Amino acid sequence: MRQGRAIRQRPASGARSFARRLALAAAVVFTLADAAPAIAAQPPHRVVSMNVCTDQLAMLLAGEGQLYSVSYLASDPSASVLAGEAGRYVVNHGLAEEVFLMSPDLVIAGTYTTRTTVALLRRLGFRVEEFAPVNSFADIREHITRMGEILGRQEKAAELIAQMDAELAGLSAQPPSRKTVALYYANNYTSGAGTLVDETVKAAGLVNIADKLDLQGTNQLPLELLVLNNPDLIVTSEGEYAAPALAEQGYVHPAFKALTAGRKAVNVPAKYTICGAPFTLEAARIMRDAAQEGKAQ
Amino acid sequence: MSDTARYRLLLILLAAGAMILFVLSLTVGPAAIGFGDSIAALFDRKEAGPLALIMQEIRLPRAILGLMIGATLGLSGAVLQGYLRNPLAEPALLGISATASLGAVLAIYTGFSLVFPLGLPLAALAGAVVAVIVVQAMAGMRGGALTIILAGVALSSLAAAMTSLALNLSPNPFAALEIMFWMLGSLTDRSMTHVWLAAPFMVVGWAMLANVGRSLDTLTLGRDAAASMGVDLRRVQLLAVLGTAASVGAATAVAGAIGFVGLVVPHLLRPFVGARPSRLLPASALGGASVLLAADILVRVIAPGKDLKLGVLTAIVGAPFFLWLVYRTRRNLL
Amino acid sequence: MTLLSVKGLHASLGGKPVLNGVSFSVGEGEFVGLIGPNGAGKSTLLRAALGLVGARGEVAIAGQDAAAMTARERARRIAYLPQEREIGWPVSVEMVVSLGRAPHRPAFAGLDAADRARIEEAMGRMELEEFRRRPATELSGGEKARVLIARALAQDAPLLLADEPTAGLDPSHQITLMRLFAELAREGRGVVASLHDLSLAARWCTRLILLDRGTIVADGPPREVLTRERLRSVYGVEAHLAEAEGGMLVVPLDMAAPELLVRGKP
Repeated sequence: MRQGRAIRQRPASGARSFARRLALAAAVVFTLADAAPAIAAQPPHRVVSMNVCTDQLAMLLAGEGQLYSVSYLASDPSASVLAGEAGRYVVNHGLAEEVFLMSPDLVIAGTYTTRTTVALLRRLGFRVEEFAPVNSFADIREHITRMGEILGRQEKAAELIAQMDAELAGLSAQPPSRKTVALYYANNYTSGAGTLVDETVKAAGLVNIADKLDLQGTNQLPLELLVLNNPDLIVTSEGEYAAPALAEQGYVHPAFKALTAGRKAVNVPAKYTICGAPFTLEAARIMRDAAQEGKAQ
Repeated sequence: MSDTARYRLLLILLAAGAMILFVLSLTVGPAAIGFGDSIAALFDRKEAGPLALIMQEIRLPRAILGLMIGATLGLSGAVLQGYLRNPLAEPALLGISATASLGAVLAIYTGFSLVFPLGLPLAALAGAVVAVIVVQAMAGMRGGALTIILAGVALSSLAAAMTSLALNLSPNPFAALEIMFWMLGSLTDRSMTHVWLAAPFMVVGWAMLANVGRSLDTLTLGRDAAASMGVDLRRVQLLAVLGTAASVGAATAVAGAIGFVGLVVPHLLRPFVGARPSRLLPASALGGASVLLAADILVRVIAPGKDLKLGVLTAIVGAPFFLWLVYRTRRNLL
Repeated sequence: MTLLSVKGLHASLGGKPVLNGVSFSVGEGEFVGLIGPNGAGKSTLLRAALGLVGARGEVAIAGQDAAAMTARERARRIAYLPQEREIGWPVSVEMVVSLGRAPHRPAFAGLDAADRARIEEAMGRMELEEFRRRPATELSGGEKARVLIARALAQDAPLLLADEPTAGLDPSHQITLMRLFAELAREGRGVVASLHDLSLAARWCTRLILLDRGTIVADGPPREVLTRERLRSVYGVEAHLAEAEGGMLVVPLDMAAPELLVRGKP
């Protein structure tokens, strides 16, 4: 998540992402209306995905032999939940040349990365479908539905959505604990209203402290404010990197250590929240369990 | 009023200014805490609650580092100007901060400083020594002001490029984002750990630099004249080089490279001490501390929650000042 | 007593030999004029005697081996006036002069009454009282030279080495300076000054050392050192030598004819 918001995704303003979605939806509808018979008759059979999020959605939905290549990040266990599965596909690095030589009949990409590559591939006559970053569970449903249509796997998509909704219902069936939680990522980043993680926090029956501080979207939560607000639970997202960086020094700051001494900090691996998918609910379960443990203590 | 009395008064005023800014720095931050409460929390037991934690573990180290790093930059700027007899000399312009940054970057991002914490200030010190020696060698070869500044520019560019390279090659995805910290400096969320790591090196560096004051007075008349008046030039060089490297290296290791403080402060204070290099040292140290504390208060007031880098402010003020100084001294440059 | 004694001094700059076995000594009461063409090695000789440039040979200061002395010990015995009149910062005239007391003060000690008396005396001798508070960098070239000489006087050393002290001074200040140096010599000190004005050197110095290509070619009273033949062979000029107003006059007239030049002989 930390990476997703801080580096890869550049948070869009709500209005802009809405407009983008509208445009995308229109484009999809238009394309579908235009080429509906062709798609229905012949789903793509050699698909290349260039984004760790579309990689995972495609892996969840694609039929046998349909997905040909996924990005190198798909097999990075710190970024991808399906890292183990990714080994079955050819790896790409989002380079136009590389994708061209794979001669796919469909390319799937994210809207915020590899923009020039996408433009080039389109000029070369490839069909490219783009997916915007996910900011809510509604976005996840929409993406799964669209991916299902693109891949001709509508049934599988409906199944996945039903499963996710059932899990969500299961979470909300439990009485909300109303405990406060602060999301505290590297470089002091936190997620407030309008982000998938914020929805995840709410799905877990918790109260995001960012709301109280009026922090919206992906924003910085100074260590001082974290200490001052003294939340019931702190959600961190420490990556397991081969080398250290200053970004994670917040986790070893004496004030942070004193705040979390022996209690109320839980690490939610970034891979669950970088991309929106049914597995994102795993993050909600981790947070809920941690909050309950706190109560037990 | 005699010269000496005026000088004492100046030092008292500068010290008072630094103390006021130190206290102000303690009371500024994202958490809106009242003045009385924050000062009380400073002396409270640490277990007393979040206020004590904020004051003692977040704001106090920040203010202490602001004070010490500012003093380091002011003092080392004054010593370098006196030693090289060049009003344009200062740690950042001479590439000392940039090479110290490079040393610190190598120590941190390879994980070396995790296994050996002292490796961080030591690596920064080593980087700084390289820069001072290169600049000194250039200055020694009958180099004028221009030679020294150009050598500094070359060193800075090289060190900045190497820093970027090291950070870009790091397998940690955040490393590349931290180039800005190392180039522009910041005191955000520093801790007492950083204070304890850097303070001994800075204090030792200050002691060395304070020892060259008298010799710098004599050096006003040139190296030969100074040597003929009993100044041991080798000793002065050793103290100036190691003192600058130790204090600026340690400062840079915990706060990144912060430019122009060492240039502006000695220049502004020079007229008030009768241009006497030995008197400029304590005045610049106190003035540097005030300037850096003020800059660190401003970054928090101007852009709360945005983590504006200190070097941005110091450069906005310092770079035009530098241009003005170049304009004024341009006849002597060539 | 011998204030400075140099034996077999060799020095080179940038790989080029500048001094080739120079030997001389200076005693109390002597005002030695060091003369010779440009590049003869005058400045290097003065700097080598002070240990400012690396040199081979023996240098003894007041009978002691100079190499075994600390910089401060040397500074109490020899004052030096470099050719470059460098004043790096706009410090006051009084402060520049007071720097001369540096070798006499322990570290971190202030000036005592004796120091102040020396400073006042030096400023008085160079007529600097009215400039006392002026920034030294704002003075004219001649005034600056006087300030720096006062600084060397305040050092109060038995021997003064001055590198072209008269350069850039008007005739009256040149004469004032030569008179001062002669007076210092009469007080029992020693003075060695490198000079280009041969008449000035001949009239005021008690002794001249003529240096040519790193070697002393003549050393003695002015009338013995300054001969027409030497001026021709060392400087390559024809000169008019005369006696006037109780002293010697040396007036270079023209370049010596090439066939008469002994210069260039190996």
